[in-house]
Amino acid sequence: MKIDRRGFLKIGGLGILGVAAKPVIDVVSKVKLAEASAKKGVLVEKRLAMVVNLKNCKDGCTDCIDACHGVHNVPYIANPKDEIKWIWTEQYEKAFPDQEHRFIGGGMKGSPAILLCNHCDNPSCVRVCPTKATFKREDGIVMMDYHRCIGCRFCMAACPYGSRSFNWRDPRPFIKKINPDFPTRTKGVVEKCNFCEERLAKGLIPACVESCKNKALVFGNVEEPNSEVREILRSNYTIRRKPGLGTGPQIYYVV
Amino acid sequence: MFEKALIGSKKYWGLVIGLLAIMGVGAIFYLQQWNYGLGITGMSRDVSWGLYIAQFTFLVGVAASAVMVVLPYYLHNYKAFGRITILGEFVAVASVIMCLVFIIADLGQPTRALNIILYPTPNSILFWDMIVLNGYLLLNILIGWNVLASERKSVPPPAWVKPLIYISIPWAVSIHTVTAFIYAGLPGRGFWLTAIMAPRFLASAFAGGPALLILLSLILRKFTKFDPGKDAIQNLGKIVAYAMSINVFFILLEIFTVFYSQIPEHMHHFEYIFAGLGEHGKLVPWMWTSVTLAVLSLILLINPITRRREGILALACVIVFFSLWIEKGFVLVVTGFIPSPLGRVFEYSPTIPEIFITLGVWAMGFLILAVLYKIAVAVKEEIET
Repeated sequence: MKIDRRGFLKIGGLGILGVAAKPVIDVVSKVKLAEASAKKGVLVEKRLAMVVNLKNCKDGCTDCIDACHGVHNVPYIANPKDEIKWIWTEQYEKAFPDQEHRFIGGGMKGSPAILLCNHCDNPSCVRVCPTKATFKREDGIVMMDYHRCIGCRFCMAACPYGSRSFNWRDPRPFIKKINPDFPTRTKGVVEKCNFCEERLAKGLIPACVESCKNKALVFGNVEEPNSEVREILRSNYTIRRKPGLGTGPQIYYVV
Repeated sequence: MFEKALIGSKKYWGLVIGLLAIMGVGAIFYLQQWNYGLGITGMSRDVSWGLYIAQFTFLVGVAASAVMVVLPYYLHNYKAFGRITILGEFVAVASVIMCLVFIIADLGQPTRALNIILYPTPNSILFWDMIVLNGYLLLNILIGWNVLASERKSVPPPAWVKPLIYISIPWAVSIHTVTAFIYAGLPGRGFWLTAIMAPRFLASAFAGGPALLILLSLILRKFTKFDPGKDAIQNLGKIVAYAMSINVFFILLEIFTVFYSQIPEHMHHFEYIFAGLGEHGKLVPWMWTSVTLAVLSLILLINPITRRREGILALACVIVFFSLWIEKGFVLVVTGFIPSPLGRVFEYSPTIPEIFITLGVWAMGFLILAVLYKIAVAVKEEIET
């Protein structure tokens, strides 16, 4: 068989097209599979979650807070009225009021617990938002669109974890060092932890997890049985904040 | 008909100019809020709704003045209310406009307000509140204006108004119900998580709206030739007496459930308003004032001897209005945030700019009401002479 230049190009072109089409077909079929299984409520391909190991968390250390607030241009406003925070510490018994009693042992009483958005499975903030400015992604991240938010603060009333902050004033003068890779916010919009979706998109782990030297924060896919988060959930007893409210918080705590 | 609002006595123009002046002061403070942001108010990360949203909540209740005269007149043919349906409808128009302006004043990004329509989100109660409030406003403008215009020409109102009047009755129930749902459906806010929130809103609305209507009727009789009628005022008084009794009963139900069940997340809020939490007790005097006024108003309203005397009835209505204003127009909203979900008690008090912006919106509402009442009264005087 004689292959001329024209014929060669034809076959080659088809081949390249086939190679190029494969990932597209893969993605489409996967999406279909994920959709079908999500509908049944049996299997979701990806569900991002975090485990906070309070045993490993060191009193007085603020590495995760500094890393998060630095990378996300979170302003430092000292006045608690106007304060903005994505990740912060609170006394254990304040964070877990249902677990509070006189004889809390194991060094937990008064010790700091790391708090952040719970990226709930059934987020009440998403339910109440009148503009879909806050929404839940397929992988479970509860996101904010700062450009659509009208600043009604219904989500702040709906969040039972106090995870949301409002820009009561222009935040920019209060940002120590602006990170040009992440947007700053304007006054009049709500903001909160975004599970570092902008870093995940680049294949990086969340900034707080990366910054923690004591491995108190572990992040991953809870739907993947061999993931590190699942391993910790298997081998430790974990609790969540206010599970009785039915919000399905996805931050698990080892105490 | 609008030309009637442009001819008036010195007193009328004095009122208009006075209200415009207050609006002007409010507008100047609003510009300051526009530039600086909502941080100019007393609201905080913990108490994220304050005076504005509380005024909105209270004024939805005042808008009920319309249905309480429309229902007896159109469904039960109770003639005495025929003369004042227009007054009730115009109070509803003014108060719903105030509601909408208070919501806009509370938005962090008011220029994006239309996003509620551009990205309609039926799972959000605010979306439905936008629909029911605007619908109720439109219904009352259409009904009030057309009925008045036909009255002026001594002809029956156009046939298409009748169905709108019937629709406006259940629609009035919807504005209180949907506004109550804003609060009653939130997990983790024990103060608001109660199924009788909507009935409470209805009861307080049916007391507060007619109470204001009685006061406005008495003012009109004093300063104009228009007489709303003794019977109408007396029967509105009975409505206020019943509704206020039911409202107090509902609050007692809340207090029983909360304190007998002893669930801390629900109880702490009530402790905060009645006794204070630790050294924090800014709302305690307000709440006890509201309670005292409520009890006093019931004594004056339930007892027929006091209720039948118009002077005392007027006093009782002032007391009802102020008691409900404290309870719905301040305490109900603010206390939902105190203590916070993290158990922190961060108190709230409105700032000077916030108070003046609020007064400005009230002045705007009263200006709308003054103009609408001027037209209504002028038409009625014209017919009677």
